[in-house]
Amino acid sequence: MLPLELRDLCFAINGNTIIDRISVQIEDGPRTIILGPNGAGKSVLMRLCHGLLKPTSGTVAWTGRRPNRRSGGQAMVFQRPVMLRRSALRNVMYGLKLAGVSRTECELRAHDVLDAVGLSHVAHHPARVLSGGEQQRLALARAWALGPEVLFLDEPTANLDPGAAREIESIIGAIHASGAKIIMTTHNLGQARRLGDEILFINQGRLTERSSADRFFREPASAEATAFLRGELP
Amino acid sequence: MEELRQACLQALALIGRLDSQLFEIVVLSLQVSLTAVTVAAVIGLPIGAALAVECFRGRQAVIVLFNALMGLPPVVVGLLVYLLLSRAGPLGPLGILFTPTAMIIAQAILIIPIIGALSRQTMEDAWREYEEQLRSLGAKRLTAASTLLWDTRFSLVTVVLAGFGRAVAEVGAVIIVGGNIDGVTRVMTTAIALETSKGDLPLALGLGIILVSLVIALNAAASLIREAALRRYG
Repeated sequence: MLPLELRDLCFAINGNTIIDRISVQIEDGPRTIILGPNGAGKSVLMRLCHGLLKPTSGTVAWTGRRPNRRSGGQAMVFQRPVMLRRSALRNVMYGLKLAGVSRTECELRAHDVLDAVGLSHVAHHPARVLSGGEQQRLALARAWALGPEVLFLDEPTANLDPGAAREIESIIGAIHASGAKIIMTTHNLGQARRLGDEILFINQGRLTERSSADRFFREPASAEATAFLRGELP
Repeated sequence: MEELRQACLQALALIGRLDSQLFEIVVLSLQVSLTAVTVAAVIGLPIGAALAVECFRGRQAVIVLFNALMGLPPVVVGLLVYLLLSRAGPLGPLGILFTPTAMIIAQAILIIPIIGALSRQTMEDAWREYEEQLRSLGAKRLTAASTLLWDTRFSLVTVVLAGFGRAVAEVGAVIIVGGNIDGVTRVMTTAIALETSKGDLPLALGLGIILVSLVIALNAAASLIREAALRRYG
């Protein structure tokens, strides 16, 4: 389904412009990090891309071939994992069932993916009593099980302690290695350095800069990005 | 004061020796109200779920109407059902006026708005948490509604019990459509009203004690179940 093409994308709510004329084409392959200060519009941009929000004007288009039914197309992991009131295994199976996977295969795939994120031992525990880090790993597992071509991650480690955050980062690496395109927002510079191949820098709803991660951190082209890297933006 | 003491003692004696007249009334009461609450839950819960997830024009008006109907006077419901079921009414040919079935219909109508409105509130709160995740996983409205029904099940028990409490304690509707016929449609509340006016205070008081204990016991059980379930499932 990639590349993802945004054309003059705008989003406003009650007259406040949140996303201001963003045009960009996101290709398959590199891990794309959407970086920017708080309130820059990163999460809104991601929701527009994923289809949870409708743009005020402009378009979001997947210009590649349509995904087949077995692979999930796109999936998203949120900052705060939403756990359904059922076991960890059933949480993963829920997503698979909605994707039209047969029951027996649901269970097989769910077990595999729980194993891959290190949650096999709590497969039958109620999801909502797991720790924050475990819940986020479960959310990743639920998305990964769908075999998405593109995985959106909205600040997936913002509420976690450093240890749990590292586990999440290594799972994101594994998901990327398994062939999924990663598009992730963060305001954590260390994380952007560790996980990013390319950076889209957003400030006040506008795409200010796009470059490879190496270049962005070595010599940012815009004044805003320079200020952000120095910690001068919130 | 002495009279009250005497009545209390006699009432307890009636309960103590499992007085058959007393228990016939209690059993009929439970049959009628449990059936009514089952019918009302089957109708009211899906309405609540639909109102929680659906966006349509006039939704707010429907919600206000449902909330207002929670305070529906039982005698008015009794009167309406009476008119429907009376010989000249549209459902007259069914011949169910002055039967337990008529009482079930009246009580169900009385508590559908209670179950609908309270469950809508519960599920709408859950929907706020779940909406993005479920939409991201591709859940359609119907799936979302059934997911909410299942995930809020422990809170919905309390909602259904509130409906049962209202049904078993009301007198106005069942006395109009049931007629308070001894051995056929005499339930706790109508018996209390009748025995009090006849001056048979012990029987009235015995029924009153049972009615109140029953409602307290049910609510205690529900809150214990809910607490335990929330501890276990989060």
